[in-house]
Amino acid sequence: MKKIIVLAVESSCDETSVAIIKNGKEVLSNIVSSQIDIHKRFGGVVPEVASRHHVENITFVLDEAIKEANIQIKELTCIAVTKGPGLIGSLLIGINAAKAFAYANHLPIIGVHHIAGHIYANHLVSDLEFPLLALVVSGGHTELLYMNDHFQFETIGQTRDDAVGEAYDKVARVCHLSYPGGPEIDKRAKNGKDVYQLPRVMLDQDNYDFSFSGLKSSVINLVHNTKQRNETIHIENLARSFQESVVDILVGKTLKAIKEYPIKQLLLAGGVAANSGLRQRLKEEMEAYPGIKLIIPPLKFCTDNAAMIGVAGTFAYLKGQRDDLSLNGKASIDI
Amino acid sequence: MKKYQVEVNTLKQTNVLANKIGKHLFKGAVITLEGDLGAGKTTFTKGIAEALEIKKTVNSPTFTIIKEYEGIYPLYHMDVYRIEDDLEDLGFDEYFYSNGVSIIEWASHIKSQLPNERLEIDITILGETKRLFEFYPIGKPYIQLCEVLKDEKLVD
Repeated sequence: MKKIIVLAVESSCDETSVAIIKNGKEVLSNIVSSQIDIHKRFGGVVPEVASRHHVENITFVLDEAIKEANIQIKELTCIAVTKGPGLIGSLLIGINAAKAFAYANHLPIIGVHHIAGHIYANHLVSDLEFPLLALVVSGGHTELLYMNDHFQFETIGQTRDDAVGEAYDKVARVCHLSYPGGPEIDKRAKNGKDVYQLPRVMLDQDNYDFSFSGLKSSVINLVHNTKQRNETIHIENLARSFQESVVDILVGKTLKAIKEYPIKQLLLAGGVAANSGLRQRLKEEMEAYPGIKLIIPPLKFCTDNAAMIGVAGTFAYLKGQRDDLSLNGKASIDI
Repeated sequence: MKKYQVEVNTLKQTNVLANKIGKHLFKGAVITLEGDLGAGKTTFTKGIAEALEIKKTVNSPTFTIIKEYEGIYPLYHMDVYRIEDDLEDLGFDEYFYSNGVSIIEWASHIKSQLPNERLEIDITILGETKRLFEFYPIGKPYIQLCEVLKDEKLVD
């Protein structure tokens, strides 16, 4: 393989990130500037605030990524950038920075789907082998995708209402836990017991779709009814009960898909892949399938980062994809 | 302001109600939805989407704030909960004054940006699946719409 060095930009939500990736495998740099502390004050990502911080951060993050990678700009092969889905104001800042950089340095530009990025993050751990299944779980997505080759995505299941990370955030809001809800609930679940008997919505249905809205409503009703009886809710037990239900649904649907699709690898991707309950259960269940390799990226490549966009961008480049300066961001876009 | 209302007992009834309303919507219609977490704002929107013959799964727009769907008319499904500052302009006008139908969850967060004419719907949780729907039509086409619903005995 000819040496390919990609500079990648990711700004779809609340992380401003620039990475430089060599041959789709080697992370020369991956700078992530998170706004989580800022958004904690608001209990969620505030779009206009997010955009403003991307504007403030992007040039510094870009400079830092080049400095840390210790490369010359003329060594770069192309620029890859997240084109969607995400917050439109946030996406546009990354895209315009990437376009300006590409134009100034006469480099080709390639738009990458955010979810493709999450999936390709796994290539940093182990070479992708097809066919494979990817369970993508994040604040905006809950999807099962089947791939029989590079960039051949088939969505076989998705959420019919809330994304799993969103359900975590909303349950955390009801329980007065801080944002983001995922890590808070995960932490408390470790000290709790699954005693509240929450539903496993759609688990026994014959499809690969997910639903978390009913589970969220069950938690709301439970909290409300407990309050009306003048009793207090045991937060640790509620966290554990909620998490067990979520993990049962995610893992249950994934195992169902494995029985139908002959695959070589199962990939976990997206921010919720950082959830300890989910990681542990998948590892346990997959011991029964020695022919299928389970790949879970390290935490820093699960949450939003530009390295994953750089890896996906490398394969898009090899496939011949080239975009031009009319590249635009889209809030919702099919993979 | 004129008010219409109806109580429903099941998710199925919510869906039927939304579906019937969806059939009477028109280009440029704007509906606002208020109600606590879990009240059924997205469930209600799904019912309208069915009436607009939208094939794709309509799921929560919380993450990206706006999701677009193709149907008889385009559907713009928004959740503006995360917008704290009413003056923050994400270009909502382009959606409200378009050929599509806009449904806005937590619309009170962008009150000053809403069009003068619209149908406001408040959903109150009365029980596990029991809900009170209150309709406040603002402007002639929306009053007409509510009168049609009343004639069909869908609301009082």
